[in-house]
Amino acid sequence: MDFINHQLFIKDINVHIDPILPKKTAIITHGHADHARFGHDHVIATRQTIDIMKIRYGDKCAKKFTPLRYGQKYSIKNFDFTLYPAGHILGSAQVLIEKNNHRLVITGDYKVGKDETCKNFKLVKCDTLITEATFGLPIFQHPDPKDEIQKLIRSVKINKKNCHIVGAYALGKAQRVMNLLSQQKYNETIYIHGSLEKLCQYYSKEKINIGKFEKVSSKDKSFYEGKIIIAPPSALKDRWSRRFPNPIICMASGWMTVKQRAKQRGIELPLVISDHSDWNELLDTIKKSKAKNILITHGQEDALVYYCKKQNLVSKPLSIQGRNDEEIE
Amino acid sequence: MKKFSSLLHNLILTPSRNTKIKLLQDYFKILDINRAYALAILSDQLSFQFIKASKLRELVYEQVDQHLFDYSYDYVGDLAETISLIWPTNKEGKSQNLSTLIENIKKIKKSEINTEFSKVLSELSNNERWTLIKICTGGLRIGVSERLVKTALADLYNKSVNEIEEIWHGLEFPYENLFQWLKNETSKPKIDFKKLFHPMMLANPIDEEKDFKRLDANEFQAEYKWDGIRVQLMVSSNSVSLYSRTGDNISSAFPEIIETTKGDAVIDGELLVGGNFKPSGFNDLQQRLNRKKASKDLQKKFPVFIRAYDILFYKGKDLRKLSLVERRKYLEKFQKENTTNQIDLSTIINFSTWEELNTYKNNFYDDLNEGVMIKLKNSEYLPGRKKGYWYKWKKNPKLVDAILMYAQRGHGKRSSYYSDFTFGVWEENELVPIGKAYSGYTDKELLVLDKFIRNNTTNKFGPVREVKKEIILEVAFDDVFPSTRHKSGVAMRFPRIHRIRWDKPINEVLSIKEFKKEFKID
Repeated sequence: MDFINHQLFIKDINVHIDPILPKKTAIITHGHADHARFGHDHVIATRQTIDIMKIRYGDKCAKKFTPLRYGQKYSIKNFDFTLYPAGHILGSAQVLIEKNNHRLVITGDYKVGKDETCKNFKLVKCDTLITEATFGLPIFQHPDPKDEIQKLIRSVKINKKNCHIVGAYALGKAQRVMNLLSQQKYNETIYIHGSLEKLCQYYSKEKINIGKFEKVSSKDKSFYEGKIIIAPPSALKDRWSRRFPNPIICMASGWMTVKQRAKQRGIELPLVISDHSDWNELLDTIKKSKAKNILITHGQEDALVYYCKKQNLVSKPLSIQGRNDEEIE
Repeated sequence: MKKFSSLLHNLILTPSRNTKIKLLQDYFKILDINRAYALAILSDQLSFQFIKASKLRELVYEQVDQHLFDYSYDYVGDLAETISLIWPTNKEGKSQNLSTLIENIKKIKKSEINTEFSKVLSELSNNERWTLIKICTGGLRIGVSERLVKTALADLYNKSVNEIEEIWHGLEFPYENLFQWLKNETSKPKIDFKKLFHPMMLANPIDEEKDFKRLDANEFQAEYKWDGIRVQLMVSSNSVSLYSRTGDNISSAFPEIIETTKGDAVIDGELLVGGNFKPSGFNDLQQRLNRKKASKDLQKKFPVFIRAYDILFYKGKDLRKLSLVERRKYLEKFQKENTTNQIDLSTIINFSTWEELNTYKNNFYDDLNEGVMIKLKNSEYLPGRKKGYWYKWKKNPKLVDAILMYAQRGHGKRSSYYSDFTFGVWEENELVPIGKAYSGYTDKELLVLDKFIRNNTTNKFGPVREVKKEIILEVAFDDVFPSTRHKSGVAMRFPRIHRIRWDKPINEVLSIKEFKKEFKID
């Protein structure tokens, strides 16, 4: 386990996992911008993650790409790497690193709950577990996302003169919301912010059901009455949102559990839909992994470290540079 | 309960005042007893004797690990919300009416609270649990003032909100006379005004740049603004009672006033500590506050008196529609009947220009007043903070530069930010904290400070973060007193962050010795 440092860097073979700065060899867990960056020499990731990186940063965002299937072993000297589904977004992976019979798993961002937009999380037994802790507090117990999406559908039915703008991260969350709407028999066209278009098209191409969608265009204001619009959270406060009729501002995020946070951000209809594990799922994963050594990365690590120590597990926080301790997804 | 808790949920998340009013009105349209409970809760008049914040903490510690709760509370910044989210979820019980639920809780015996109230909490949904705990801790903080509730009611039934305001303090749960009158089924409720606390007239802060240009100094009179507590004294032949600004009866804590005052009047004034009508500062007054009773010893050591500002009723006559100048004549009459050591009159300052008043504001009695009140001579006595009648003009605050030492996350609307700051000055080569402030900064400054704290934490003590000593805060404060409770030996009154001093190196900050010397401590 000493072979990897607190920056998720394996010095012996010069390999980084999710590095912030351009590096020689980078294993990328998933396509979100705080994990997947531009400019590495060699990127190792799932095919979908590589596709997503190319969509976001261009075909030449790395010099060389090595796509791996889930479960396919890749060796560099005496280190074996295998990617397993993380259930976070399309293409997301956990990284199993094996060296001299020591098994170390870096979960990356993950969720245990079901999600039709990506392969579901697979539990990997190991000796050392490096887990995320975005929602590492017992107050986070995510509700059934179907119930949350029903809140949105109900509100659309009641407020016919309003449009609903749902803030959702452009990669993953937006498509999950669209998929959930479709699952719940919402068959209307969903209108999307321009920045979502390419990614939505990619999800469709990958045969993921995200319903009918269309890019928002400069139509008559009243056209959007009764419609659902999906936009990145940054657009909610922007001038962009003023073009719509009586918008009800919604947000799909695990942070919406806390009313005070929703209020601070001016969210009128919070939807607790998360792509991260909640508290119980984090504990369950730690337990079932059988790992004796638990390292906890970005998020609310204090409470989780405390909990692990109480369970007689060796545990400490791992502060990875460049990651803010809150509100990343 | 479901309906009421979703009302609160929607109210807290709705930014628009009109939508809030509409939500309230939709709820008040229900015609059963639940709306009376709702009105009592929204106006902060309902509470449970045995279930307060400390009891709730005790209960939640029985359910979850104390450390995990503390980490969560620090993150959420709201007790009701933390408990409601962290409470182990059981199968929800049968949904109950708001009224039934409240009455059932009231019936719980003190000895059975831990088991019985925990059971209630377990059977509620998340949102209902949040609502119930908010009711227990009082002060909902959902962005709905008592005034807004009254406005919603008034608009719903085409009445004026001032009419409701007038009778409000004479109304009692379940407000049947109010609702009947609102629906025009009966006439306006008759209230015994003599026994009723009258909402006080309050002042707005003066905007020096705008207001002095447009206001005519001749139409105003000024008085000193005293740093005590504002009170209403109700005197009649058979009883005397004293109320705080919020309408709480505080008579029993100040027996010397109750026993000696005579006459028939309602007086507005400032309660101060000091002998021979010489106020001795807020620090002394604190010795008399928050006590249910005052021993003879305490009365002797910290004597109190009322400095009378105004009069609302005199010998059964309602004076509130008279001008301030007219009312003053009645006030003087009343004071002549009460030449005790307990009541004197607030001095009227004569001035002809605002510049002249400014010198009074900053010089008089040095530390004992907070500035001046500027009152329109012909103002009626109007409840609330009406614009254009009374103004307060505070003295320039005292300022000191201090070094940011520790920070903690704030509560309520600032809950995700590190917004509570402890700052200190030098003592030899170390820093000693002299105060804590959680206001005064701009939103932008808060973001800068929050970011600095997250990136420059050197140590964590539970929720408290120690930071690199490099930020200098200019702290404004009203006053500073000697204190035995603090290591530095000083306690500040109302410290707030005035600005961040990017320009100053930390070694130029005062030492505690210099600080005490500058502000004349010990």
